[in-house]
Amino acid sequence: MIHSLFLINCSGDIFLEKHWKSVVSQSVCDYFFEAQEKAVDVENVPPVISTPHHYLISIYRDKIFFVSVIQTEVPPLFVIEFLHRVADTFQVCRRSSNVGDTLPTGQLSNIPWRRAGVKYTNNEAYFDVIEEIDAIIDKSGSTVFAEIQGVIDSCIKLSGMPDLSLSFMNPRLLDDVSFHPCIRFKRWESERVLSFIPPDGNFRLISYRVSSQNLVAIPVYVKHLISFKENSSSGRFDVTIGPKQNMGKTVEGVVMTVHMPKAVLNMNLTATQGSYTFDPVTKVLTWDVGKITPQKLPNLKGIVNLQSGAPKPEENPSLNIQFKIQQLAISGLKVNRLDMYGEKYKPFKGVKYITKAGKFQVRT
Amino acid sequence: MTDSKYFTTTKKGEIFELKAELNSDKKEKKKEAVKKVIASMTVGKDVSALFPDVVNCMQTDNLELKKLVYLYLMNYAKSQPDMAIMAVNTFVKDCEDPNPLIRALAVRTMGCIRVDKITEYLCEPLRKCLKDEDPYVRKTAAVCVAKLHDINAQLVEDQGFLDTLKDLISDSNPMVVANAVAALSEIAESHPSSNLLDLNPQSINKLLTALNECTEWGQIFILDCLANYMPKDDREAQSICERVTPRLSHANSAVVLSAVKVLMKFMEMLSKDLDYYGTLLKKLAPPLVTLLSAEPELQYVALRNINLIVQKRPEILKHEMKVFFVKYNDPIYVKLEKLDIMIRLASQANIAQVLAELKEYATEVDVDFVRKAVRAIGRCAIKVEQSAERCVSTLLDLIQTKVNYVVQEAIVVIKDIFRKYPNKYESVIATLCENLDSLDEPEARAAMIWIVGEYAERIDNADELLESFLEGFHDESTQVQLQLLTAIVKLFLKKPTETQELVQQVLSLATQDSDNPDLRDRGYIYWRLLSTDPVAAKEVVLAEKPLISEETDLIEPTLLDELICYIGTLASVYHKPPISGPPLAASSVQMGAVDLLGGGLDSLMGGSGFTAPGPAAPAGMGAPLGSGLGDLFDLTGGVGTLSGSYVAPKTVWLPAMKAKGLEISGTFSRQVGAISMDLVLTNKALQVMSDFAIQFNRNSFGLAPAAPLQVHAPLAPNQSVEISLPLNTVGSVMKMDPLNNLQVAVKNNIDVFYFSTLYPLHILFVEDGKMERQMFLATWKDIPNENEAQFQIKDCSLNADAVSNKLQGSNIFTIAKRNVEGQDMLYQSLKLTNGIWVLAELRIQPSNPSFTLSLKCRAPEVSQYVYQAYDAILKN
Repeated sequence: MIHSLFLINCSGDIFLEKHWKSVVSQSVCDYFFEAQEKAVDVENVPPVISTPHHYLISIYRDKIFFVSVIQTEVPPLFVIEFLHRVADTFQVCRRSSNVGDTLPTGQLSNIPWRRAGVKYTNNEAYFDVIEEIDAIIDKSGSTVFAEIQGVIDSCIKLSGMPDLSLSFMNPRLLDDVSFHPCIRFKRWESERVLSFIPPDGNFRLISYRVSSQNLVAIPVYVKHLISFKENSSSGRFDVTIGPKQNMGKTVEGVVMTVHMPKAVLNMNLTATQGSYTFDPVTKVLTWDVGKITPQKLPNLKGIVNLQSGAPKPEENPSLNIQFKIQQLAISGLKVNRLDMYGEKYKPFKGVKYITKAGKFQVRT
Repeated sequence: MTDSKYFTTTKKGEIFELKAELNSDKKEKKKEAVKKVIASMTVGKDVSALFPDVVNCMQTDNLELKKLVYLYLMNYAKSQPDMAIMAVNTFVKDCEDPNPLIRALAVRTMGCIRVDKITEYLCEPLRKCLKDEDPYVRKTAAVCVAKLHDINAQLVEDQGFLDTLKDLISDSNPMVVANAVAALSEIAESHPSSNLLDLNPQSINKLLTALNECTEWGQIFILDCLANYMPKDDREAQSICERVTPRLSHANSAVVLSAVKVLMKFMEMLSKDLDYYGTLLKKLAPPLVTLLSAEPELQYVALRNINLIVQKRPEILKHEMKVFFVKYNDPIYVKLEKLDIMIRLASQANIAQVLAELKEYATEVDVDFVRKAVRAIGRCAIKVEQSAERCVSTLLDLIQTKVNYVVQEAIVVIKDIFRKYPNKYESVIATLCENLDSLDEPEARAAMIWIVGEYAERIDNADELLESFLEGFHDESTQVQLQLLTAIVKLFLKKPTETQELVQQVLSLATQDSDNPDLRDRGYIYWRLLSTDPVAAKEVVLAEKPLISEETDLIEPTLLDELICYIGTLASVYHKPPISGPPLAASSVQMGAVDLLGGGLDSLMGGSGFTAPGPAAPAGMGAPLGSGLGDLFDLTGGVGTLSGSYVAPKTVWLPAMKAKGLEISGTFSRQVGAISMDLVLTNKALQVMSDFAIQFNRNSFGLAPAAPLQVHAPLAPNQSVEISLPLNTVGSVMKMDPLNNLQVAVKNNIDVFYFSTLYPLHILFVEDGKMERQMFLATWKDIPNENEAQFQIKDCSLNADAVSNKLQGSNIFTIAKRNVEGQDMLYQSLKLTNGIWVLAELRIQPSNPSFTLSLKCRAPEVSQYVYQAYDAILKN
């Protein structure tokens, strides 16, 4: 299992270490630093590194590396999943000032994920259906790849031992699902109903994936023209974003980011809507568009200045688009009803839908 | 009020103050003080001086306070073992507390205190806790056994804790079962041979029940444990699969991958005609795809495993190509893995899409990735014949971009395409030649030189092109030098009239001015070849080369099967089977060492008769250092024949009349894992012989000399010398016909001589060739019947035991013996140096001197030679 754990910040300081068996010297992290140096970019550090006497398995979260030292054979996914849980816990702790409050109370219960004797004055159950669209759109605007990553996050504050059943209008959409352990798998297999005794508080009930291409609507389109002239130190940039299959809802929170080629010195652009910034160091162009109104499509256009004498850039930058659509699950998933058994009171119930862009990329 | 206040006190005399507070009568004050102590400890201050005072606070019914004190103990017990003993009594008492939480806490803490003296006191409380009425205590105690085992294994065995732990597998509580499995798995890790997790259908049933109800971490342990079970028939395999499939929907990716492992393994036992088989295949795809939407680190491990899975069962993901398309902001390690899998999934049906993607990638920013993308286009061409033309035109487009590294990669892969489809795409050579000047990487230069040499007759100015490289010959890397040498010799053999001068020049550069023994040797070989027999030279140098195929990139099937059993482990990430037992595989495998896109093809491109056997075997003359070693080998050669495997008598391999008076006879032997070639060199000429050296051609099992040939003194006329040449099996591999053919070149001061000999296969039988019984049964069933070969061993009068003993001497191991209707059946296994397993059934009838040998092997071509080995061993 995990022998030791080191937490390392971006400037390479080991600021926390924990050893379960015996102390492993910090110098073992030198192998990690070596790999980090080789990877240049923090995101590119390989998650499994072998050293003469150990393996190092690491994750990168919130600008912190969690580096675990392994001495015996162990499933690496086990370790990585565990490290993410550790990171989750740190996140929770950082948000609340009193560490003591967030630690589990350690009460015994028949159901491992729920403590006994829960009591609320207001009994509430909220479900957020959140869908993210991952897509790659090619230059001509056709979809190379698209899928929806959905989750239902729940916030359940119900007294006692409630037994819930959640049903959908169209459960057939869900053919690739991962469940929270509280869900009774048999009921789902036979009746397509989510039946469970919920944990107390916030948790992820299910996550699912819809990949069948005809079910994945693409809510925005992008018209683009990015070109560099041969033997000249400038280029043109002209991008327009418009709504596509948005089911009559407003597309908002639109942000476009582009990693421009290295040779780009700066950009002189005009935005008809929102504001843009270009970071000449990282070469990242960010355009905060806001809401799309179909009457007047947002456009960003102007001149790209290249370093003088630099050759015409070979690569075409990809456009990364973020957006949000409230009150819509783009897959069409809809909750039908929520029933509660096992307790007498009447809970307050709520369902919220939201669609976002995940890794949404437009190639140019 | 927040907890942060505990971390802020930095007053002087702090320890003193804390001491007073710890000894306070007020409970609240005590608790506050312990909190301050813990806070100081956490930020690294030394508060060990407070040990007795803190331990005094241990006797309390306040759970929170107790936890804090335990935390302190865990941290300081190691540095203050004598003081820690003071706490033992309280621990023992706490283990009998009415509150199960306190009992569990006590036993857990005692397990964490890694002090030898304390462990003795731990035994009694632990024994009680293992049988506690509360499952929470039992599950905590189970883990404690593993912890104790790590400190003192002998103690755990003597106390019988292992048996108690085994009993807990049948516990009524799933959490206890899961922790017992976890503890046993961890203990088994340090006892690879022990049968700690000996599973039977009843215990399997218990595990499957617990699987549904325990925590996600427990599920991983149980699934990994299930994967080691061998179901007795396909019905049992199917029923386990049915109960494991729901785990594929788990949110924890480690659970999913462990479930995949169980299913992939047990599927082997299911008939493909079964409806259920198809259902299972369909169920496996979605969870694997889902893993790819997880965090990048998880994706990476998943992809490494998917890489194995698509090689074993490509049908599972054949429709899921698109999920492997690369996103521009994927980390590079994810990109490279996706690319590799894309090529594995490429088929005629989806090749257009794949090529469009690859072309897109070739214009990305990341240089490493672009290179691999270009290589991938080449691999597609080799894999999907129908796409070759499109691939070539895509590569030409890329060459037109003139981006330096793209051009170089493209040329390297076009060379491979030429090797696969000779005489088809040579029209592009002209375009390639235009880019000659821009090539600055050795691999690309070597590839281009190879192309020029290979197609010299079609390139008008081939001599000029090659000559231009020759100018800076000594600045080139070895790879380029070797290639240039070969290419110019090829050119000379094709156009002898105009290139005489050029070939002279390169031969003298290679043989006289170079320090590199590989280059020098190759130069000499060519030179002699050209001067003695130009016709033979032509046959050797311009020999038809074997076609390359995409299989070069595939993992060898037996290794793949082994790795499938290791899905989800580190072995699956590195695509190397684990070295059993701790310390953990210390091999210096680096990321990307199993570089499927890079290597493989390059070693094939030489095309000359001889490839140097690698840096381990410099062909230089007798280094004085080595001679002592040679003596040692001689010695073992003489003694070892008694104990080692069967050694055939020496036969004449090279008669004197064929080798200007040098006669070579020899045989092969294997003792304690070391293979050697035992030679007698006899000088039948009238002059003294010296400067001996030996090289092997590439052969089926990579046999190569492990040391230079050591002849201490010049060999006088009519004198003989016995030499034992140690061999290894890490040389270059090329399939020979017959399989055990070995071509040898021996050089002395007179000339170079060639001969070939057949080696008995049993010198390749390794010492750890004994298969587990279970494994044997499963493997025997698993190998299709058409791979079975039957032979008769005639005129052998030994009985079964004698046969068994005799064969064991040569590393053929008897796994089981059975008597069926008066005849003895021996079941045997052996393993070759390259990891190929051969399974045998030997039938012996008492009255009949003829034995029947049935051999099963995934590589059936070796069977005949294994039979020959059997025959030779048994008859001598």
